[in-house]
Amino acid sequence: MEAVLLGLVLMLSIFLGFELISKVPATLHTPLMSGANAISGITMVGALAAAGTDVHGLATVLGVAAVTFATINVVGGYMVTNRMLSMFKKKDQPQAGGQR
Amino acid sequence: MSPIAINATYIVAAALFIFGLKYMSSPATAVRGNRLSAIGMFIAVVVTLFSQEIVQFQWIAVGVVLGSIIGAFAAQKVAMTSMPEMVALFNGSGGLSSLLLGWAALYGGDPSTFIVVTILLSILIGGVTFSGSIMAWGKLSEVMTSAAIVFGAQRIVNAAILIALVVCSVLFAMDPSLTSPYLVAVIVLSLVFGVMAVLPIGGADMPVVISLLNSYSGLAACAAGFAIHNNILIVAGSLVGAAGIILTNIMCKAMNRSLANVLFSGFGAAKTATKVEGEVKPIVSEDAYLILESASSVTFVPGYGMAVAQAQHVVRELGELLEANGAEVTYAIHPVAGRMPGHMNVLLAEANVPYDQLVEMEDINPRMSNVDVAVVIGANDVVNPAAREDENSPIYGMPIINVDEARTVFVLKRSMSSGFSGVDNPLFFGENTRMLFGDAKQSISALVAEFKG
Repeated sequence: MEAVLLGLVLMLSIFLGFELISKVPATLHTPLMSGANAISGITMVGALAAAGTDVHGLATVLGVAAVTFATINVVGGYMVTNRMLSMFKKKDQPQAGGQR
Repeated sequence: MSPIAINATYIVAAALFIFGLKYMSSPATAVRGNRLSAIGMFIAVVVTLFSQEIVQFQWIAVGVVLGSIIGAFAAQKVAMTSMPEMVALFNGSGGLSSLLLGWAALYGGDPSTFIVVTILLSILIGGVTFSGSIMAWGKLSEVMTSAAIVFGAQRIVNAAILIALVVCSVLFAMDPSLTSPYLVAVIVLSLVFGVMAVLPIGGADMPVVISLLNSYSGLAACAAGFAIHNNILIVAGSLVGAAGIILTNIMCKAMNRSLANVLFSGFGAAKTATKVEGEVKPIVSEDAYLILESASSVTFVPGYGMAVAQAQHVVRELGELLEANGAEVTYAIHPVAGRMPGHMNVLLAEANVPYDQLVEMEDINPRMSNVDVAVVIGANDVVNPAAREDENSPIYGMPIINVDEARTVFVLKRSMSSGFSGVDNPLFFGENTRMLFGDAKQSISALVAEFKG
């Protein structure tokens, strides 16, 4: 039964994802991609549990490695997206880099 | 904290991810969106640490600190021109994390067949994402050749790998012991398959590959979510999966090719375009200046060559001078210009070009005949009229920016050689085309100097 519920969550999220992302303009496709990438670092949540439980030595090693790589994905992804997005400016914001 | 409280908090995190993506629909709100999404991630991570399962923290701390340092360093240092490589590496990192997570999940007691299948999917998709992303990185950074690598029995070899992968997965699912040789086989084969899948795809098709790998990294997280019964992984993973699939679809449409064609064809081998013959008309920057000086509307069409020449800053400077001179300046961007979706937009934004001057192909084409000068900077296929006219051209049917309809076209080109996919471009011989040979950055700088001069 739980598998069915998880499947329902999956189905709804995919439809929601399609609705949300088809509204993103082409200009923002690179930041969208790196931002989405950062979200896929959500595996960190699972990895934390794997690294913190005391079941088996190898499981801990695998978990810690998973935490490390997921953190790279999360931290790097959000920071680089922020860096890109803060470069997008509208015209005539009091001539910041302006015309000479 | 009880599992219920943790799961309730995950709902908040999921809502923040959704709002984050919603705010991505406009450049004005996108920074806030990214922040909301990051807050969602932070909440999800922190609440997980309160879980009763987690009894030891020292190794977690090591992993988090190490990962944060590497990620933050890479994000600060990367140049905007190398963004496709960076995204490929982050993607690979996410894929590897899913692979490891799936593997670690096998140690969680006696898993049911359903769990084993989802664990296998997590390992498999994660592995393909990881090695495929590393290959894509290699091609993008030109550590290896960026050309499509095709050999005779490629399809047979790939099919054999895929069959072996399925067989090993089934055998492992029937007897999921931790020491099973089939587990190792599945991991190794999925890594090999990722390499083989990206091998026959050329550099110019990288926008599709990166989008697809992005989608895979989401799907891998999704599979891991099923494996460890975690809703937030499923929600976040499928949002990312959907994002990747939509972008892949947009990229394929912009090249008028099916996904299968991009993935399996080894582009450029099939057809040879009708050779166009003609005489190119070179122009020197003094004359180009005179034409630009009297133009009342100018459109820049950037391509990957602009990124290579790092010419975006001088292009912006020229654009501002033209505007001061009374011309209407726009930047027309083809969906597959560059090496990832939106690559050119980011470069121009970095150079302080306001985003309302960036126009999409569909918007510029109807008014191209009113454009006085179209300046093509390091783009080739995306402005090649053969895509409209020559049925033998490998890019026939691909929508292009119709610069040949502008009153005058300047093509900035290093020298006279055919572009990335090796097709001859009749645009170069057009009646209204003038070739400005030389390094794009130097050519534009020369024009800027003329304007100031």
